[in-house]
Amino acid sequence: MKRRDFLRSVSGLAAGAALPAMPQVISSVHADARSETLLIVSEGGPNNLDIHGVGTNVPGYEVSWNCYDRLISHEMKTGPGGVPYYDRDKFKPELAEEFKIDDMSVTFKLRKNAKFHDGTPVTAKDVKWSLDRAVSVGGFPTFQMSAGSLTKPEQFVVIDDYTVRVDFLKKDRLTVPDLAVIVPCIVNSELVKKNANEKDPWGLEFTKQQTAGSGAYKVTKWTAGTEVIMERNEDWICGPLPKIKRVIWRMVPQAGNRRALLERGDADVSYELPNKDFQEMKANGKLNVVSLPFSNGIQYIGMNVTKPPFDNPRVRQAVAYALPYQKIMDAVMFGLANPMFGAPKDKPTEVAWPQPHKYNTDIEKAKALMAEAGLAGGFETTISFDLNFAGVNEPLCVLVQESLAQIGIKTTINKVPGANWRTELNKKEMPLFTNVFSGWLDYPEYFFYWCYHGNNSVFNTMSYKSAEMDKLIDGARTAAATGDMATYDADVKGFVDLAYTDIPRIPLYQPFVNVAMQKNISGYQYWFHRRLDYRAMAKG
Amino acid sequence: MLTMIGKRLMFAIPSLIGVVIVTFLLTRALPGDPAAYFAGPAATKEAVEQIRKKLGLDKPLIEQFFRYTNDLAHGDFGNSLTTGQPVAAEIRNRLPASAELTLLGLIVSIAIAIPLGVLAATRPGSWIDHLCRITTTAGVSLPVFFTGLVLVYVFYFRLGWSPAPLGRLDVFYSAPPAVTGFFLIDTLIARDFEAFRSALSQLILPATTLAIFSLAPIARMTRASMLAVLGSEFVRTARASGLSPATVIVTYAFRNAMLPVITTLSMVFSFLLGANVLVEKVFAWPGIGSYAVEALISSDFAPVQGFVLTMAVMYVLLNLVIDILYGVIDPRVRLEG
Repeated sequence: MKRRDFLRSVSGLAAGAALPAMPQVISSVHADARSETLLIVSEGGPNNLDIHGVGTNVPGYEVSWNCYDRLISHEMKTGPGGVPYYDRDKFKPELAEEFKIDDMSVTFKLRKNAKFHDGTPVTAKDVKWSLDRAVSVGGFPTFQMSAGSLTKPEQFVVIDDYTVRVDFLKKDRLTVPDLAVIVPCIVNSELVKKNANEKDPWGLEFTKQQTAGSGAYKVTKWTAGTEVIMERNEDWICGPLPKIKRVIWRMVPQAGNRRALLERGDADVSYELPNKDFQEMKANGKLNVVSLPFSNGIQYIGMNVTKPPFDNPRVRQAVAYALPYQKIMDAVMFGLANPMFGAPKDKPTEVAWPQPHKYNTDIEKAKALMAEAGLAGGFETTISFDLNFAGVNEPLCVLVQESLAQIGIKTTINKVPGANWRTELNKKEMPLFTNVFSGWLDYPEYFFYWCYHGNNSVFNTMSYKSAEMDKLIDGARTAAATGDMATYDADVKGFVDLAYTDIPRIPLYQPFVNVAMQKNISGYQYWFHRRLDYRAMAKG
Repeated sequence: MLTMIGKRLMFAIPSLIGVVIVTFLLTRALPGDPAAYFAGPAATKEAVEQIRKKLGLDKPLIEQFFRYTNDLAHGDFGNSLTTGQPVAAEIRNRLPASAELTLLGLIVSIAIAIPLGVLAATRPGSWIDHLCRITTTAGVSLPVFFTGLVLVYVFYFRLGWSPAPLGRLDVFYSAPPAVTGFFLIDTLIARDFEAFRSALSQLILPATTLAIFSLAPIARMTRASMLAVLGSEFVRTARASGLSPATVIVTYAFRNAMLPVITTLSMVFSFLLGANVLVEKVFAWPGIGSYAVEALISSDFAPVQGFVLTMAVMYVLLNLVIDILYGVIDPRVRLEG
């Protein structure tokens, strides 16, 4: 290129670059599409479309839930505020037409006309292959299956083309509920086997990119980190045909923009907004905001009981009396949580979880307990939190820091990057921290087994060990399996009481799952996994 | 010219090797254990170990490095764990989105900043000089994400002139068949004018945000360089010879003032790519900046390495283009090269 030509073209570019401002035009075709389409905006999207995959994230569970069927699912009941809420104790057949629970097994009769998205019929061999896969692939799915004593492929027996029996390893109340969670989804075995190879016998690479199920929706386009598009499966027979034809799920990282999209009416549904936004949207009433408590979930302050000073129960009780519970509810949660503190002194312990403890903010009492422990002068420690949830954790820790300073405990705040949080929890070295735990299976003994049992799972973040506690938890598990409800009730009350006297972790509140929707969106249901079920939703 | 290009490319090889080694080591030095992260919230120690094995992270560092370089040599950047996709494909899909946005932002910025700088230089101390000073100072002192959010708030939320900040196209349009990856060009090739309009209207706010941020260096550099040239003897001679002021300014002064401006442009372009990260976050833009940041947050090695490597290659190419441009504008540089 000649010098002069270059110069000319540069000045030409400069002159031509004045941009016309153009209003957005949506043609009528697009307007029609809108009324049958649900537009969801959220912060993160799936990293894998198959829950059996390596490291599938929580948004991936939502895809799996809507695009795959399970043998059974839960009935709905009316929850807090009249919102449909899954019924922990009532199951309904999904891919199965009927099921029969015997003493040591459960038998499923499959629907005869159910088909996978590619048209092949769903048969017993697909069910066996899928359940085998869930207990064999390792990682999270296998772990979740084992929570219901489902660990061996031999447990899944094909009787004939449309009958499958699941044998129990031992009596466990959680076995049948565990077949209704997201993990035991039924996969198109022939299709996936065709795309599997020696290195990847379960075809995880294939199902990572596309859905191979029989569910009510199928993924038609997925651009990781940008959008997921799902179309209704017109041949779905495991329930009434969903009203929403198409679901477009876009990732919008900015919380402020998600709110703007909702308020302008461009997006239909969003979650993962700051509590303050939800509270403001609730107050101005333009949108429908649903807030429901996490089932079996608690945000707590944990203390490492293996090391001084928190090995002393008096110090732990002192902390429990020093926490600014109400301030946290008001200034951090904006009221969007159930308090888990300050139960009346004479309130009897219930056979339920979560339930509030009897501690309240009482600085004098806390100081007295510190003095009794011989630590009237206080001590220094660090309080750690997960930066992934900094919106809640950071103000919470600042309030705790302020409050603890009043009884002489000087804390430094340690912010742990999200990627590192699990590693830190696993090390079990943090002296003081805040965290959330919530179990899919809503049973007190399930929560306690993971969080307080001496086998010291990842979630026993306090490294709490007590022979008495173990006895009560194991007792409750056995009693539940054998149906001995008197012993069960006594054991549950026993371990709740012990957890609150020994207080290795101090429950603060039961958080809410918040979903904001346009007024014309109906049919939201609360599920244990806290993600959306598009099948019941409708627009207009 | 060809020898010069060859020579420059040769110089780039050691820096690229250095980048490969440094990014590999840096990503390994990041805090956080990807195996624990991807094993999920309910993982046992055994589950974490299983994942570690699957990801090949149980092997010694040196073996991991050789496997990585071997894959690189075959054009394989590895797989991202957060998005589950091959990194090479992701970068190929996302780079045009970032490039389209950055280039448009830069063009808008040049279109405003260069005339502004030239005018300010020809009338120093006048109102236009002050205007130039105020705009550029304001532009550079506002953080990009802030400008972006304000623009969204005013033009989308309040006035409703701009479409929803939902990425490159309105939700109900489908992307044109990829030819260049630039939606503005691809929609025209596909003769889909409605989609072109949608793509353009989606681009206006983010491109303006970037332009506001990058006005300052370009305008100030143009002004300074023009002032120097206008004071030089050959301009006095040209004026004395009775040439029209337009000819003097455009043909003689501006051409000579352009070298430092081009250098600044290359710098501006590179830091715009960086500033992009925040703009992409605000406008849900599916570019490589937001991709790299998300990967970094989740200790996802492969995309971070891929991103840094791509950026390094782009910088090398950019510098090469700038060097060639010098030669086109100023023959003296060509001779020395």
